[in-house]
Amino acid sequence: MPEWHGWQKLKYEAELDPKFADEITAIPGGEKLANCIQCGTCSGMCPLSTYMDYTPRQIVAMVRAGFKGEVLSSYTSWLCASCYACTVECPKGIKITDIMYSIKRRAIQEKVYPKKFPIPVLAKEFFGNVLRNGRSTEMLVVIKLYLKTAPLSMINQAIMGMKLFFQGRIGLKMESIKRKKELQTVLNAMDKEAVSTGKGTL
Amino acid sequence: MSYTYFPGCSLKGLGKAYEESLLSVFDKLGIEMTEIEDWNCCGATSYNSMDEMKAFGLSARNLALAEKYLQGAESVDIIAPCAACYLVLNKTSRYLKEYPEIGKQVHDALSEAGLSYAGLTNVRHPLDILQNDFGLDKIKAHVKQPLKGLKVACYYGCQIVRPYSTFDNQANPMVMDNLMKALGAEVIDWPLKTRCCGGSLTGTVQEVGVRLSYIIVKEAQKRGADVVATACPLCQFNLECYQDKMSGWYKDNLKFPVAYFTQLMGMAFGIDHKKLGMHRLFVPPKAATPEGRI
Amino acid sequence: MPENKSNGGLKIGVYVCDCGINIASKVNVAEVVEFAKNLPDVTVAKEYKFMCSDPGQDLIKQDIKDGKINRVVVASCSPLMHENTFRRATSEGGLNQYYFQMANIREHVSWVTADKAAATEKAKALVAAAVRRVAIHQPLERTRVPVNSTVLVVGGGIAGIHAALTLADAGKKVYLVEREPTIGGHMAQFDKTFPTLDCAACILTPKMSAVRSHPNITLWTYSEIAEVSGFVGNFKVKVKRKPRYVIEELCVGCNLCVEACVFKKPAFPNAFDEGLGKRKPIYMPFPQATPSVVLIDPNTCSELKTGKCKKLCASVCERNAIDFTQKEEFKEIDVGAIILATGYKAFDGKRIPRYGYGKYPNVYSSLEVERLVNASGPTGGELVLKNGQKPKSVGIVHCVGSRDENTNKYCSRVCCMYSLKLAHLIKERTGAEVYNFYIDIRTPGKGYEEFYDKLLHEGVHFIRGRVAEINDWAMTPDEQGKLIIRAEDTLVGMVRRIPVDMVVLANGLEPQEDAEEVRRKFNISCSSEGWFLERHPKLAPVSTFTDGIFLAGACQGPKDIPDTVAQAGAASAEAMALIDKGYVELEPNTAYIRDELCSGCHTCIPLCPYNAISFNHEKKIAVLNGALCKGCGTCVAACPSGALQQNLFTDEQIFQEIKGVMSYV
Ligand SMILES: Cc1cc2nc3c(=O)[nH]c(=O)nc-3n(C[C@H](O)[C@H](O)[C@H](O)COP(=O)(O)OP(=O)(O)OC[C@H]3O[C@@H](n4cnc5c(N)ncnc54)[C@H](O)[C@@H]3O)c2cc1C
Ligand code: SF4
Ligand code: SF4
Ligand code: SF4
Ligand code: SF4
Repeated sequence: MPEWHGWQKLKYEAELDPKFADEITAIPGGEKLANCIQCGTCSGMCPLSTYMDYTPRQIVAMVRAGFKGEVLSSYTSWLCASCYACTVECPKGIKITDIMYSIKRRAIQEKVYPKKFPIPVLAKEFFGNVLRNGRSTEMLVVIKLYLKTAPLSMINQAIMGMKLFFQGRIGLKMESIKRKKELQTVLNAMDKEAVSTGKGTL
Repeated sequence: MSYTYFPGCSLKGLGKAYEESLLSVFDKLGIEMTEIEDWNCCGATSYNSMDEMKAFGLSARNLALAEKYLQGAESVDIIAPCAACYLVLNKTSRYLKEYPEIGKQVHDALSEAGLSYAGLTNVRHPLDILQNDFGLDKIKAHVKQPLKGLKVACYYGCQIVRPYSTFDNQANPMVMDNLMKALGAEVIDWPLKTRCCGGSLTGTVQEVGVRLSYIIVKEAQKRGADVVATACPLCQFNLECYQDKMSGWYKDNLKFPVAYFTQLMGMAFGIDHKKLGMHRLFVPPKAATPEGRI
Repeated sequence: MPENKSNGGLKIGVYVCDCGINIASKVNVAEVVEFAKNLPDVTVAKEYKFMCSDPGQDLIKQDIKDGKINRVVVASCSPLMHENTFRRATSEGGLNQYYFQMANIREHVSWVTADKAAATEKAKALVAAAVRRVAIHQPLERTRVPVNSTVLVVGGGIAGIHAALTLADAGKKVYLVEREPTIGGHMAQFDKTFPTLDCAACILTPKMSAVRSHPNITLWTYSEIAEVSGFVGNFKVKVKRKPRYVIEELCVGCNLCVEACVFKKPAFPNAFDEGLGKRKPIYMPFPQATPSVVLIDPNTCSELKTGKCKKLCASVCERNAIDFTQKEEFKEIDVGAIILATGYKAFDGKRIPRYGYGKYPNVYSSLEVERLVNASGPTGGELVLKNGQKPKSVGIVHCVGSRDENTNKYCSRVCCMYSLKLAHLIKERTGAEVYNFYIDIRTPGKGYEEFYDKLLHEGVHFIRGRVAEINDWAMTPDEQGKLIIRAEDTLVGMVRRIPVDMVVLANGLEPQEDAEEVRRKFNISCSSEGWFLERHPKLAPVSTFTDGIFLAGACQGPKDIPDTVAQAGAASAEAMALIDKGYVELEPNTAYIRDELCSGCHTCIPLCPYNAISFNHEKKIAVLNGALCKGCGTCVAACPSGALQQNLFTDEQIFQEIKGVMSYV
């Protein structure tokens, strides 16, 4: 039994952010979030909900009500594996998976994601890798990830890494496309005018 | 009919065996694919959590490159074997049509780089091609060593059935099962066909990711399967490569073969195992092949 | 106020309605009135809060009586709402009622236009159109036709039964046409009914036999509507009677034939038992079936399939009631009013594969469980699983095929209550632990909340969460061999896995499979979900947009038995109001031919569905019989010479209306 901390289960209206829901739902089809009937199908379908601090349904309720702090610092969106089980079964057509992505982007922007989880770091690494080379080289990303977050567990991982290496499943050669310039142009152009998609930048 | 082929980063790395077996099998069946020249990362998962618009940009370049292969046809099919690529390319082509603002920005960005995209691509999974274009009957005709007695647990994972694909039932897909039966194998019925393997959580939050993978391998084993067949490089990696860890954590002793469905096809077609990338698996399904049993 | 300006004494009055704030909040009504004042021939233009109110109508009447106006335009709501109201006011003021035209500035303007200025401009354009049109209106007279006093009731569920009995008791002749071999509908399948738990059979069977024996009711079961023509007061209906291979008048329902049938054991699923019970090729659907007449299913009877049977059934029948040569028969009837009471069909759980219906034998539909708990059901009222054992734990899944964009968006209204009923019956019969999985418990009815309260007290578990999935994937030893229900307990905020022996899917209600076909036959409308559409959700809930056709029961939307019966009573009263009035007035919207323009091309003659047009060989032109014309307008649209015109919709009237809009825009 956890020690009693004198939790205060009281939320003052002034602590809520009335614009939060609009920010998070500014993605294609996001407005449907308002229609949630709190049925819990999403949480029931979700294979990860049992590990989350708030279930997907609770996150939806909290986004709608403006619990910005709780939502952005919650582990939930980072545990979401994008399996879309919730989205396809939501009786109100709410794109919960996309909402989770929107929360992640927002959290990275605001730098409030949980420090313990290496996921945002991984996301950033992949991002940088692709930005530079047009392709991702899994191994380099993974090595960097461990160096940044948990250098000790590298040793553990190294055993599997060696096996994979000998099977020819990982190489240390940097994958890259030919016309990097062309890709850069496209990606830079996607930056210019921010359309209403709750986009985040690095 | 000829197709374009989008391998994606994984099939050049961890999923090498998937590419090798896919190419050998399609070659045997006479299905032609042309790899899209200078394709780039599809923009999948991690990219999405950073910048959705840039993810659309990445995908769209690939779609635009694929369209160069139109050659007067009404549309061009892109075969995307990796589940993540399949989903993201599909999502992008849909969103460009359904949400005009996104469409406009993407089209402008492409034209700045001298590219164009008219929306004439269909993103398709090899399973879809095999069942709906090629046909199971024709596949049966190629079977030289039926997978008799082999009990296969078909594992589809999430993203080739959800949320955009329409070629099979989302809750209880059957394409792979039908295919395996056509190869002479037995399939087991189980409710975890489309349950998540943990995705990239196996690398990031291992306590959780590996547990999800374990659940799947264990259930397949409990239900008497000899091998799990997968259609996604990440699923294959998760279910196979973490078995040591699973065994340690859950006091088990797993050495359970997890193969690509294309590898099993190749086995049935009698293709040289080397060409199917069998040597790249930790536990090749050899032990379960008819010869292996004797 | 401008004087009567021109045009041989035309004096048009324009009345613009605020409709409270319905119109006035979007349309600047004062501006529209000012605009109207300056239109040609307009002598009076006024704004009023509610034109349909008595004082509103009095404005029109008084202005006519005072000689200020001789044509009337009201700019307000849809003509469907109040055209008749204002025509009456026009006529009571002393003018021909067709010297009236309505401009719809509510449904067509204020309710659908966001911008105030744009709404005001559109309202002006429509008023200008109506003013130009009414200027060339002609005085017309309505014709009266007598109403046939016989009523047709389609569907013999509790709705149809109650409607038929009410009408018959009032002395009206009724035809009751039922598609199945027996009347009773869904209610006949139930053991008990909520919330009072009275026995369904005890309250229904007396009504069923009353239908059978009522001298004013002609009951045709195993019959369908083939064709409908005519109009209010004078419908012609063709009914198809399917062959039962048993002569209804001779059979007394002794069941000797059933016992004698060469099939010694009942081998075919009985639809009335939802397939859980078995029947023979010759069978009585259930003991209280009405009429109490057996029938032979041609798809399973060896004689009818192969012609090679010992026909033991026929040989034991002392009354020679069995007739293998029976063919389908068509009957034509004339009726004045029609009540549709075709009910609903239950949602098919297979459409949600993650609930495992059709895959796991112990996942049942609610109707199947109704049969299992029914004393005259396939298990004699014992609630047992397919293996013969009593379940120790049962999960009831609410909202299956309801409140869900992937299936049906609406709430089916009865499943919460029947789930409570089934929970009670299951607990009573088996002592099992019963879990209800719900999103919201909806108990809006007399005594319904009290029933919920009782269930809570009985110790039935209620888990607030929509079930995610049901399967046989066991994670713990106590889950082995069970069905696992996975759902979030939303009140606790945790996902729960509950192992049970039996699952009941509380399937929602859907329109009948053939609802669209029936709708077309009777020329009525359906809502987007496919339910038959009432004329007005509040004020005309049992009427349809087709005069003389009324709705009763669940064919109009999900409802329980109390509401169904109330609606059936209402539909009968409406039908009687029509019949007892004795006549209907017809709109003078018939077509006419301008002889001088007719080229005698014959185009129109074969097109008229009522054969109202013939050819005069002497004059070499077409002749139209106004008494036969129903005003469908087909010929008018087809005439290449423009000789055919239709009263109320002449080309000139429509052109003037268009010009009115155009001249303004
Ligand atoms: C599992 C379950 C339990 C329920 N329990 C209760 C309860 O306890 N208490 C309660 O108040 N309500 C209950 N209901 C609701 C109840 O069933 C309905 O309120 C009631 O049956 C509606 O009666 P109806 O006559 O409108 O329709 P139905 O009962 O559906 O009858 C319609 C009749 O019309 C016939 N028909 C259909 N189409 C045609 C056609 N084209 N031509 C000729 N005939 C046709 C059908 O064969 C049928 O006989 C329950 C519903 C379900 C699903
Ligand atoms: S499934 Fe949809 S409606 Fe239900 S709680 Fe989740 S988001 Fe809300
Ligand atoms: S997409 Fe994310 S939130 Fe939704 S079910 Fe999968 S893991 Fe859970
Ligand atoms: S003809 Fe034969 S099969 Fe048919 S009902 Fe009579 S006895 Fe039975
Ligand atoms: S009545 Fe209850 S069970 Fe039925 S749809 Fe409505 S809320 Fe769901």
